[in-house]
Amino acid sequence: MNLAIKLENITKTYPGVLANSEVSVKINSGDIHAIVGENGAGKSTLMKILYGMVKPDSGKIEIFETKASMTSPKNAISLGIGMVHQHFMLAKNLTVLENIILGIDRPFLKNIKLSKYKSEIQKVMELYSLNIDLNQYVDELSVGEKQRVEIIKVLYRGAKILILDEPTAVLVPQEVKELFKNLRNLKNNGVTVLFISHKLDEVLEIADEISVMRSGQLIDTVANNVSKTQLAEMMIGKSLPTPPARISSTNEEVILKVENIKSIDEDGRTIFEDITFKVHKSEILGIAGVEGNGQKEVVEAIIGIQELHSGKVEFKNNDLKDQGTRERLESGISFIPEDRQLQAMIMDMNLTNNVIIGRQNIEKYKSSLGTVKTKNAIKESEKVISSFEVKTPGTSTLATALSGGNQQKFVVGRELEDNPNLLIASQPTRGIDIGAQALIWEKLRNSRDEGLSVLLISADLEELIGLSDRIIVFYQGKLVKELNAENVTPEDLGGYMTGLKK
Amino acid sequence: MKIRFRLVSVSAPIIALTVSFGLSSLILLTIGKDPYETFKIMFEYGIRGKSIVSIVNRSIPLYISAIAVAVGFKMGLFNIGVEGQYLMGSLIAAYIGAQFSVITPLHVLFIIIVAVATSSLWAAIAGYLKVEKGIHEVISTIMLNYIGTGLIAYSLTTIFDEPNSNYDLPRTKELPETGKMPPLNKFFNIEDLQDLHGFLVIAVLVGIFYYWLVWKTTLGFDLRITGSNPIAAKFSGINPKRLVVIAMITSGAFAGLVGLAPLLGYFHRFTIDFPTGLGFAGIGVALLGRNHPFGMAVGALLFAFLQRSAQILDLNDVPKEIEQMMQAFILLIVVVFYEVIRRFLVKQQIKDASKRTDE
Ligand SMILES: Nc1ncnc2c1ncn2[C@@H]1O[C@H](COP(=O)(O)OP(=O)(O)OP(=O)(O)O)[C@@H](O)[C@H]1O
Ligand SMILES: [Mg+2]
Repeated sequence: MNLAIKLENITKTYPGVLANSEVSVKINSGDIHAIVGENGAGKSTLMKILYGMVKPDSGKIEIFETKASMTSPKNAISLGIGMVHQHFMLAKNLTVLENIILGIDRPFLKNIKLSKYKSEIQKVMELYSLNIDLNQYVDELSVGEKQRVEIIKVLYRGAKILILDEPTAVLVPQEVKELFKNLRNLKNNGVTVLFISHKLDEVLEIADEISVMRSGQLIDTVANNVSKTQLAEMMIGKSLPTPPARISSTNEEVILKVENIKSIDEDGRTIFEDITFKVHKSEILGIAGVEGNGQKEVVEAIIGIQELHSGKVEFKNNDLKDQGTRERLESGISFIPEDRQLQAMIMDMNLTNNVIIGRQNIEKYKSSLGTVKTKNAIKESEKVISSFEVKTPGTSTLATALSGGNQQKFVVGRELEDNPNLLIASQPTRGIDIGAQALIWEKLRNSRDEGLSVLLISADLEELIGLSDRIIVFYQGKLVKELNAENVTPEDLGGYMTGLKK
Repeated sequence: MKIRFRLVSVSAPIIALTVSFGLSSLILLTIGKDPYETFKIMFEYGIRGKSIVSIVNRSIPLYISAIAVAVGFKMGLFNIGVEGQYLMGSLIAAYIGAQFSVITPLHVLFIIIVAVATSSLWAAIAGYLKVEKGIHEVISTIMLNYIGTGLIAYSLTTIFDEPNSNYDLPRTKELPETGKMPPLNKFFNIEDLQDLHGFLVIAVLVGIFYYWLVWKTTLGFDLRITGSNPIAAKFSGINPKRLVVIAMITSGAFAGLVGLAPLLGYFHRFTIDFPTGLGFAGIGVALLGRNHPFGMAVGALLFAFLQRSAQILDLNDVPKEIEQMMQAFILLIVVVFYEVIRRFLVKQQIKDASKRTDE
């Protein structure tokens, strides 16, 4: 069998961190190859090296059996390697077609013949059986569709090797199915797919071969005939943690009361309406919903970012109407937004500064003179790092230098260590490895038992069912169902989320 | 990392300077002047004691103006209106300050307060327009500059004109002796030279205050996170509208001080030939000094040096506009160079990122 990629002894160090250590791997042409491993194991670094974004300290790379040295993404594309990032790089005010041709080298000042590009792109789409309406605005696409646009974009540029860094982290189960169908089509047409995932079930469903990384090393590459348990053991060096049994400690006291709220967008269209629910003390209330069904806006309304058209939100029996986001956060609400890099962290600031974000005006961090109390911030960031096992050389490390999963752990830790009364957690374990996921689940459960109320949004239905006491389902901006989490299956939930079940 | 970054910050202006001297030489050559001779007389003239005092004096308003601009830059807000703001502030302060007399420290303090209040009010209009009407601050501050200039021209000839003056051109009444800021010459043993403006002390204090405000206070923290990631800033509870208004007013408050060095130290009244353009020059100095209190001080001194030393050129038959071209060259090259360097260093920066401590 032909090799698409051959890596030999790739090493990459960052100060204080051995990100990749003597990594050697062979990837067959036309395979779907998965890479798994703990947070900070070096997966993204390895992919960035392949895509020319990061230069390795040493090691050899062969692409399609010829020696290559990747100097830039442009150079990687010319060798047939394309990468889809987790943060899509699409201009939302342009159409799909415009986005795909954006940035293509063409003679200066030459007219763009849209029709010519269009037919070329359509050929690519036909070849790989990928469907999308080229005239639609990116704004109107779902996350899964945006991802498909990114995939078409790199294929149109001639990619024969497709790299996807945690592509399923942002997708709901239905979209994952769709993506996998598409990936299989690519495979059947000779494209080599390389992807990273923390979800072992998915990996076992689609991969031909699986490489496991741990602490910068590539432990092993195995064919897809291992069990989930074996894979987990290879990954974290111990067996898969089992979630502890459910003991509900829900209290009668109401912490958050949402009454009949409604929001409309700039064009007067309803985003959500008739939403009424309560969160009790010591309760985890799960929110299920396919992305774009209003749940994101509802939680943003609770912390005061999304404006309400009508209705009322009460926290600890206080109407939040006249309170800004800052007052709400300071009165005991913590928020883990779904997108850590965009919404929760300042990437070019260090962890000491990042621990203050969201609480910069409380007495702990603000002196009477109005200056920042740096000492307290250092102490707090050290605490978060140790209790949430964030892998970092220190507190003065910039957020951007942490691996994705470790950034996430830091944000979750920051919000939980703050001892809130209500935690709103949007995709709290997105991008987190199975070991750390168990850690976060445990912390959430413990805090709940000690009185914390949690509003949990998760696309991971097993997580949602496993953690929640009750689940409410959003569909088309409405709350369509309330379920007891104890006796609900992911399939049931999926049915309500897509409107098939009522 | 930090050291390398500092090195770049320092070397960029030096390289920009060298290249812009090169470009200016080419232009001098094409008009038939000897570049070496020209720069030599400029330099010799520029380092005379008398020139040095003048350079420091000139750099004071440039520096404060740069700080006014930089406060906005730090949160991604472009206050192009420092020009109009300081002129308005200076006029009102000159007028009101000339109406009475108290002991000097109080009198000067009062004039400062009037100027700062006027300028920040004028700046607040742009803040209000942005927050309430969604008008971009670049547009509104440019428009406010025009409106301000018009208002000044009109009011100076009518309301504020010195009564019964036998002077042809409109001007406000002269500040009484108590409203003038004493020069610093005696502290430097340079009593034989021209006045060294007392406002230098204020400029130094303003630089320190700016550093403290932006890097040490929570307000500065809010400004910096908003500049770096406005979305996360909003999620962290910052009210972006409120912060825009605060930043605009703060920027305007600094702007209010810009015209006071010439007002209190030399002109002692607002006249038709009161220095203009300091607000625009400040934008250049802020860019050159990368919004850093020390960098901007160097930038302000450099521009002041060029301005002063160019004055000798006319006497030597060289058009002194060459100096303005040099300033423009320096700015262009520095901006381009910073960008090139930034891209060039991105990899190393990331590589060394974990070592770097964010102050
Ligand atoms: N730009 C950087 N500067 C310094 N260290 C870095 C940088 N990027 C990554 N690292 C470090 O390299 C190691 C590997 O990071 P990498 O992003 O490859 O992990 P990962 O396997 O993708 O983890 P995750 O599952 O959390 O995404 C981590 O310890 C991380 O802190
Ligand atoms: Mg990663």
